[in-house]
Amino acid sequence: MENRTLKLSGLEAVNITAASNFVNIGERTNVTGSAKFLKLIKEDKYEDALEIALDQVRGGAQVIDVNMDEGMLDSRSAMVRFLNLMASEPEISRIPVMIDSSKWEVIEAGLQCLQGKGIVNSISLKAGEEEFLRQARLIRRYGAATVVMAFDEKGQADTYERRIAICQRAYELLVANGFPSEDIIFDPNIFPVATGIEEHRTYAVDFFRAADWIRKNLPNAHVSGGVSNVSFSFRGNQKVREAMHSAFLYHAIQHGMDMGIVNPTMLEVYDEIPKDLLERVEDVLLNRRSDATERLLDFAESFKGETKKRESDDAWRRESIESRLTHALVKGIVDFIDQDTEEALAKYGVPLKVIEGPLMDGMNVVGDLFGAGKMFLPQVVKSARVMKKAVAWLEPHLQAEKLRNKGASRNAAKILLATVKGDVHDIGKNIVGVVLACNNYEVVDMGVMVPPEKILEAAKRENVDVLGLSGLITPSLDEMVHVAKEMEREGFKIPLLIGGATTSKLHTAVKIDPVYSGPVVHVLDASRSVPVVSELVNPETAAMAKARVKEEYVLLREGHARKQSEKNLIVISEARSNRVQFTSVHRPAKPSFTGVRYLTNFPLKKLVAYIDWTPFFQTWMLAGRFPQILQDNVVGKEATKLYADAQKMLEKIVSENLLQANAAVGFFKAFAEGDDVVLPEHNERLFFLRQQNKKAVSAPNYCLSDYIASPGTDDHIGMFAVTTGLGLEDLVKKFKADHDDYSEIMAKALADRLAEAFAECLHELVRKELWGYAKDETLSNEQLIDEKYAGIRPAPGYPACPDHTEKKSIFRLLNAEAVGISLTDSMAMWPASSVSGYYFSHPEARYFGLGKIGKDQVEDYARRKKLSLNEVEQWLGPVLGY
Amino acid sequence: MDIQQLLSERILIIDGAMGTMIQRHKPEESDFRGERFANHSHPLKGNNDLLTITRPDIIREIHRQYLEAGADIIETNTFSSTSIAQADYGLEALAYELNFEAAKLAKEETSSFTAKDPSRPRFVAGALGPTNKTASLSPDVNNPGYRAVTFDDLRIAYREQVRGLLDGGADILLVETIFDTLNAKAALFAIQELLEERGATVPIMVSGTITDASGRTLSGQTTEAFLISVSHVPLLSVGLNCALGAAQLRPYLQVLSEKSEFFTSAYPNAGLPNAFGQYDQTPDEMAAQIEVFLKDGFINMIGGCCGTTPDHIRAIAKVAANYSPRKPVVAA
Repeated sequence: MENRTLKLSGLEAVNITAASNFVNIGERTNVTGSAKFLKLIKEDKYEDALEIALDQVRGGAQVIDVNMDEGMLDSRSAMVRFLNLMASEPEISRIPVMIDSSKWEVIEAGLQCLQGKGIVNSISLKAGEEEFLRQARLIRRYGAATVVMAFDEKGQADTYERRIAICQRAYELLVANGFPSEDIIFDPNIFPVATGIEEHRTYAVDFFRAADWIRKNLPNAHVSGGVSNVSFSFRGNQKVREAMHSAFLYHAIQHGMDMGIVNPTMLEVYDEIPKDLLERVEDVLLNRRSDATERLLDFAESFKGETKKRESDDAWRRESIESRLTHALVKGIVDFIDQDTEEALAKYGVPLKVIEGPLMDGMNVVGDLFGAGKMFLPQVVKSARVMKKAVAWLEPHLQAEKLRNKGASRNAAKILLATVKGDVHDIGKNIVGVVLACNNYEVVDMGVMVPPEKILEAAKRENVDVLGLSGLITPSLDEMVHVAKEMEREGFKIPLLIGGATTSKLHTAVKIDPVYSGPVVHVLDASRSVPVVSELVNPETAAMAKARVKEEYVLLREGHARKQSEKNLIVISEARSNRVQFTSVHRPAKPSFTGVRYLTNFPLKKLVAYIDWTPFFQTWMLAGRFPQILQDNVVGKEATKLYADAQKMLEKIVSENLLQANAAVGFFKAFAEGDDVVLPEHNERLFFLRQQNKKAVSAPNYCLSDYIASPGTDDHIGMFAVTTGLGLEDLVKKFKADHDDYSEIMAKALADRLAEAFAECLHELVRKELWGYAKDETLSNEQLIDEKYAGIRPAPGYPACPDHTEKKSIFRLLNAEAVGISLTDSMAMWPASSVSGYYFSHPEARYFGLGKIGKDQVEDYARRKKLSLNEVEQWLGPVLGY
Repeated sequence: MDIQQLLSERILIIDGAMGTMIQRHKPEESDFRGERFANHSHPLKGNNDLLTITRPDIIREIHRQYLEAGADIIETNTFSSTSIAQADYGLEALAYELNFEAAKLAKEETSSFTAKDPSRPRFVAGALGPTNKTASLSPDVNNPGYRAVTFDDLRIAYREQVRGLLDGGADILLVETIFDTLNAKAALFAIQELLEERGATVPIMVSGTITDASGRTLSGQTTEAFLISVSHVPLLSVGLNCALGAAQLRPYLQVLSEKSEFFTSAYPNAGLPNAFGQYDQTPDEMAAQIEVFLKDGFINMIGGCCGTTPDHIRAIAKVAANYSPRKPVVAA
């Protein structure tokens, strides 16, 4: 017969080969063998009972035996309940299960709970061949291996001869009926020795011989047994029992026993058994002398009461409280969570701080490990339970805290969770629910396949503060968009959280956020749900959180739109025929002068009010809008300090006139011709590009020249160049010499802001006076930043007109060098803190991004500019859509 | 011709996604309902299996396209045709009929293709999906011992499904997209029970799903543990499908290839979904990734899952024609 390996599985595979030596089967989760386990099961303390199983695994068990055979128990339901609980503990369910019962119905119920390949313990010929084979076939169909007891119609085998005869008969029957030989494990009965009864003297030796015979004569079959039986006479004498178990195993293994039910924590290392004790024990086991039993009994007296110290890996208990909590969360260990939580409370003072601090930190570690594939779902669920336990312990303290803060306290926020219509996946959502509940939020979980109207109705009825939608399958994404639209239609304002495997930040930003005006946040995983919710429900942070996320999503959308526009280009002629149609007839205003004027040494003091501070913080890599950024949870402190330093330096620059603000501004008669703007009095031509991406119905393909009238109407185009960079070099030279990088960057950042402010200020002056088409305008700085004014001032090199080389025309027409601003060969302005651009006065003029353009337009553009295609393509690189 | 024989000769091609192809027709609630379910109590949109009855033309066309693309094996449109999965739509009672009609319809298509070219026999694999409940995981985090479905619930539901599939003419039974091995074991139990009662033998394929970066099934098993857990059945093949793209699937296919005494199958997704949940891997890209493990000799049957189309299957078939099939492991 070919050699075949016994293959078993829990969550992981176990291959029992000749090289496996000996397979340890944990025996403590056995009501007949462990009084402690029986007591816990009887008292319905299954969770504590589970710890015994865990203890076995940690103690080195490779298979775990579960036995619920006790007269007072409903063994069947106890077996099912315990196996299901074990399945939820990945550290335990990692290894295969041995379902141990003398009742077939208990065994079958157990088999229906195992996803892996376990072992049945046991079947036998006790009730005849037919029943034996019926059970064996079912075991095979459920996908398990089986222990076969040396037991037949006449009773249990207690001699060597009976042992081998029964095992041979059972083996032949099984193999003839298609049961794989490697899935047969014989238990040739381990009986107590040293009982004082003469016939029992050979029990151990007979077992050894039988094991030897089975391994030699029944190919691939295995030999197992319940080892603790052998020392039954020495109950209460741990030292002797441990020695007997080890010595018995030592010899049994040598005779071919390759599996055994043993308590690894009740096993002495064979070599460490005191020699005198070992000698007496082996005399008994091997039946070496007639007085062996008496000698061992006498000797045993001296060891009574001594027990072996339990050892387990508890080094982590000596770590800091924070590490201990993280360890417990990651490993899913509940044993110490109460005492550790108590210690954390003592340290942190406030229960909520314990949750938001070390406990959430631990959950974040769990989230990261899960994300990296180093933990898997059942383990994460276990972590959530440890978390829950910690929070449960804190609960009375949270209540007490609430009472203390009466008045200031508010009810916990209420969160509605639902898996959307058409989707039945809810594991992730459930985890979110647990994590939120652990953090003292009230969670209303509507389950799966929830239609939108039910969701909204419940949201109203329950008056919830946050709504969370979950989904795993792709169609759920559309369903979420639908729910968001319905929320908007019904005037909801509450935050909407989006989560689930196929959801993404980008989808949320592009598809969901635009249809709902309330806050919409994509939540990556359960661990992130708490910080997101806490920020959104806290009245102090809600508005800022909303603004921040909305802004982030706008950026994501824009980035996405840019990428999308790379595709879907239309031909340029089609784009040109889809130019913007104005809603009213525009009668261009005449500027107060034509030609160029210069402003030098413009008072810096006047520019300060025009500064847009948001980009200033971006320079320093601090994200957020001014002034909200000063109160931001994360960067607020740093932003405030930075702002104060900026104010100090700005005051110095202004009061000591350290920078010089100069400008050139000009207005020129102009008309549009195709996409060009012609300046007839200067024999100049400005070249513009037109959007070429495929547009939705009614959306035009913009080009800046559309804002200039066609020939025959008296229209103008304006141009400007401003700088506030003159003097900056001297200013930073000093900082450089001092190696003061901070002040150097600060000075440059401020000069840049001042240049922008100058452009803003000058534009206002143009609108109100110099061109004067908006004489009555009154706009705040915020409104200016939001570009609420009429007319625009686009700059070459920026989205509407990305061709930097057009700056040349501006500089030529303005002769900007007269006020100290020049262009480098690479079309950069010098000083760096300068801004230049066009003025369009058309009231319907708006800023736009060109997007990608086609080769047809680029070729046309090159012809118009009388440049080679190559040269034009070089400058337009980023917008080429081909 | 015997499929065992064929598998030792060449790599067989399994069809691609049904859902992706159905979406192309953009079926509306009214399509799902048809006349027969016009007044049904539950919304039915999304119940793809129901289209076998209400829009058989769509399903027939998809089968045909896959057969034309070169599929040797097509799967019935029965992924969710158990009384358990159909309960969400209030259509538990329809389970047998859904399976019977789906198998019958698929068989008509394979028969006509086989008739056209008898040297290229085509096969119908009756698909048994995982259902939407897990027998070894609790849906209630606060009550880990709870189970929303029992082994017997599953066994009974699968038994009804298998009856319908066999009566309708399925040549093979395919237990697929297994994220909880206990569910699959219930399906296999039902199959063996029914086959024994009927004195029939039908090839059985098993295909598991590795759900995430940990390389495990949703219920936590490693690939090898999964293989061991279903090896008590005399299977035609054990393989993997769904959740991952071909490139991500390779290490787990290697485990199967090295350990399995059965033939191996793989029908990966068209890459990983993008941020919008869409699969955008092209037929050529996917075929190139698959070629890597065809070259390694890991595979006996190859096809596509989510996001794949007849063009993907055509590209995969073309590549597969250049490689010899894997030789299953001899027991040790």
